[in-house]
Amino acid sequence: MAPGIKDKVAIIGMGCTRFGELWDKSPEDLMVDAFKEAIDDAKIEKKDIQAAWQGGPEFVAVSLGDSACPLAETLKLPYIPVTRVENMCASGSEAFRAACYAVAAGACDIAMALGVEKLKDTGYGGLPEFSHYSTIGVKNRIIGANQTAPGMFAMLATRYFGRYGISPQDGKKMLAAVSAKSHHNGALNPKAHLRREVTIEQIVNAPIVAWPLGLFDCCGVSDGSAAAIVCRADMAKQFRSDPVYVKSLQIAATSGAEQMYTDYDYTHVETTTRAAERAYAEAGIKNPREEISMSEVHDCFSITEAVTMEDLQFSPRGKVMDDIMSGRFNLDGAQPCQPDGGLKCFGHPIGASGIRMIYEMYKQLQGKADKRQLKNPKYGLTHNLGGIPYRSVVSIIIVGH
Amino acid sequence: MVGITSYGAYIPLQRINRKIIANATGWSTSATSLPGEKAVANYDEDSVTMALAASTDCLTGFERNKVGGLYFATTTPPYRERQSAGIITTALDLRPDIRAADFTDSVKAGTHALLAACDAVKAGSEKNIVVCASDCRLGRPGSAQEVIFGEGGAALMVGDTDVIATLEGSYTLTYDFTDQWRADGEKFNRIWEDRWVRDEGYTKFIPEAINGLLKKYKLNIKDFAKVVIPCIYLREHQGITKALQLDEKQVQKEMLTTVGDTGTANSLMMLVAALEDAKPGDKILVTSYGNGADAMFFQVTDHIEKARNRRGIKKHLASRKDLANYERYLSFRDVIPMEAGFRGEVGPTRLALAWRERRTILALCGVRCKHCGTPQYPSQRVCVNPKCGKIDEMEYYRFSDKKAKLFSYTSDVLAYSVSPPEMYGVLDFEGGGRYAFNITDCVMESLAVDMLMEMSFRRKYVDSVRGIHGYFWKAVPPRA
Repeated sequence: MAPGIKDKVAIIGMGCTRFGELWDKSPEDLMVDAFKEAIDDAKIEKKDIQAAWQGGPEFVAVSLGDSACPLAETLKLPYIPVTRVENMCASGSEAFRAACYAVAAGACDIAMALGVEKLKDTGYGGLPEFSHYSTIGVKNRIIGANQTAPGMFAMLATRYFGRYGISPQDGKKMLAAVSAKSHHNGALNPKAHLRREVTIEQIVNAPIVAWPLGLFDCCGVSDGSAAAIVCRADMAKQFRSDPVYVKSLQIAATSGAEQMYTDYDYTHVETTTRAAERAYAEAGIKNPREEISMSEVHDCFSITEAVTMEDLQFSPRGKVMDDIMSGRFNLDGAQPCQPDGGLKCFGHPIGASGIRMIYEMYKQLQGKADKRQLKNPKYGLTHNLGGIPYRSVVSIIIVGH
Repeated sequence: MVGITSYGAYIPLQRINRKIIANATGWSTSATSLPGEKAVANYDEDSVTMALAASTDCLTGFERNKVGGLYFATTTPPYRERQSAGIITTALDLRPDIRAADFTDSVKAGTHALLAACDAVKAGSEKNIVVCASDCRLGRPGSAQEVIFGEGGAALMVGDTDVIATLEGSYTLTYDFTDQWRADGEKFNRIWEDRWVRDEGYTKFIPEAINGLLKKYKLNIKDFAKVVIPCIYLREHQGITKALQLDEKQVQKEMLTTVGDTGTANSLMMLVAALEDAKPGDKILVTSYGNGADAMFFQVTDHIEKARNRRGIKKHLASRKDLANYERYLSFRDVIPMEAGFRGEVGPTRLALAWRERRTILALCGVRCKHCGTPQYPSQRVCVNPKCGKIDEMEYYRFSDKKAKLFSYTSDVLAYSVSPPEMYGVLDFEGGGRYAFNITDCVMESLAVDMLMEMSFRRKYVDSVRGIHGYFWKAVPPRA
């Protein structure tokens, strides 16, 4: 049995831009901004980086083009190995995973992962229409339903409410509590896209986008970039006294069964569930509800976050509503979720999100989370979902001291 | 003996009351005072999809492999060059080695196709030919034709075994009488002066065709249980039946006030309605009108009792929903160019892929694993059953005729639709298999988890950059 990645890799520097509708920033600007902060934080020079991975799905290909060349030529990386990786919204985590494996394998000493997204050049409010951008492939454009991301996740809510006997009204309130909590945290975060508190009532009464999800149940789209610099664990203390260690890197991809086989129940996400099981085993976590101090999960939609709490074993199946309504996942709760505002409020520049999640966990573990600082966090977990509930790739990363 | 062996029909769900049209356009012209309502094809329907629906009804209980031909009659095909009948045969999952033909350019083409099919079967060239007809003609806003035209489809199977109504004879008239016309490339129909159309065409040709038939076969009009005369003018329709001295019960009820003038499908839909109520021994006289007139007569046999389980006209007439908005009606056929926004743009169609995947796309065929028996859509080589996973042990499996339970669904205002909101859901098919489809012809309030749905062939998108109409299947609440 392979020993896994636990304590083999350390994060020695990170950078993250403001996320938002950054009309005056090009994707190149964003890459440089994240990169500068990261190497300053690590106190290294560009020439110390020996390999780099860029996370970027379809949409950044539209702004920047394919391959690793955009990253390499923008940062003027000196003929080192550079690769662009893609797994939809989990691309940032994918880049981080690749960089970690490189240093753990001894292929190089120091590697960088950078995620970037420039969604606001597409001209859409929301994700660009699937028919033009081939995120789902040409055949799926013909036989796949004409649908949007909110709608595909909304179908989780319909089934979840029905299965657990939650009325639409109570269900909407539960979802609203998820978003209200994230808005509170985002308001405390100077880098967040949305920095305004919103009430449960405002959220429940907002216009419907895809029933039962309303405007405030859906994260917006943002521009931004984030970067991480990693090295082998035994080298970390050369760079700083407070490195953050990678405890687990797991992903799980759909087998196709959720979409075409009738076992899948549309009240959980199978990929999250399986990746989490493997992640906890790899990190030696026996009781996630007690041991995972904080998390950044993929709250593209409020229902996603709710269901993810169960998939991550933070809440028992069918019972997350109790935990949400009692404030367990609030900033001052027992198991804070989205301390930086999450996708909902920090923003969702797709290629960057996976690395931004790690950025918050990193800052929290170093005691640098400012007004959002949690008390003595031990383990942080990031959950990054590329795709839709029934056709996804999910990444789970656990970091700690 | 050769004749009709099965029948089917289709009427779109939505009906618009003619008063609504009059209210919207009456300021511009003195709109016709035609009463009743007309059937309106949804934005995702066209002559091909409606003909397919009628053909499916007609093929109830019939093995698709045994169909020997398909003739499609329309004056509104989606392409000027690309056989519509071929799209229909592929979607019906028929064999490729059969005769398929489009009959077009005249609203009389419906009966042309029917007679040609009977001739072909009689000559022994083919067996079991499906004749289907449908039209989506447009009159300009404010025109009388806009009020008169309606949309629907009919299908009849022609064969020589278990015939339910034998073709006994026909008499056809071909006249280049240009009362209504539409040149190549034009969107809207044109019409000459109504008075001339009625006096010189409609009220002359139909009696001429009928009398020609009666004389040819030495028949008396009293011999007929039902006489089908397409109705394009209410008063003149009555006038013709009176002049022929028909009993009221002999006159097949007009559909102008409930569906509208459906072009090539007009007479054939009335024929289907007649067959629904016909008894063994009945003689049915059918006429059509358009650049002349056709007349033919059928003799109903004992086998008619076996063909009662069709949706036909009755069930489709009863299954209806009011379309209360004139502007929305205009948007269905792109008569008013509504703003679609960026989300309305359609990416290019890859025809080589569409050809390779034609059974998956047009016929909604997936596969069933021979090892574990799991049906799955779309076609796969590796079995999706987590406990199986066998490679290349698949057989073709048709999903288009299967009902399905609605596992989950949503109603989406963000996704682009000509007629928002866009609805979609996850369907679990009876017998196995699951996939997500768009849902049409309903409102969200009528949907519920676990309700039964059926599949409907629709025009899913139009790739206007490359001039391609993209067809696929959507889920609908069962019509009957």
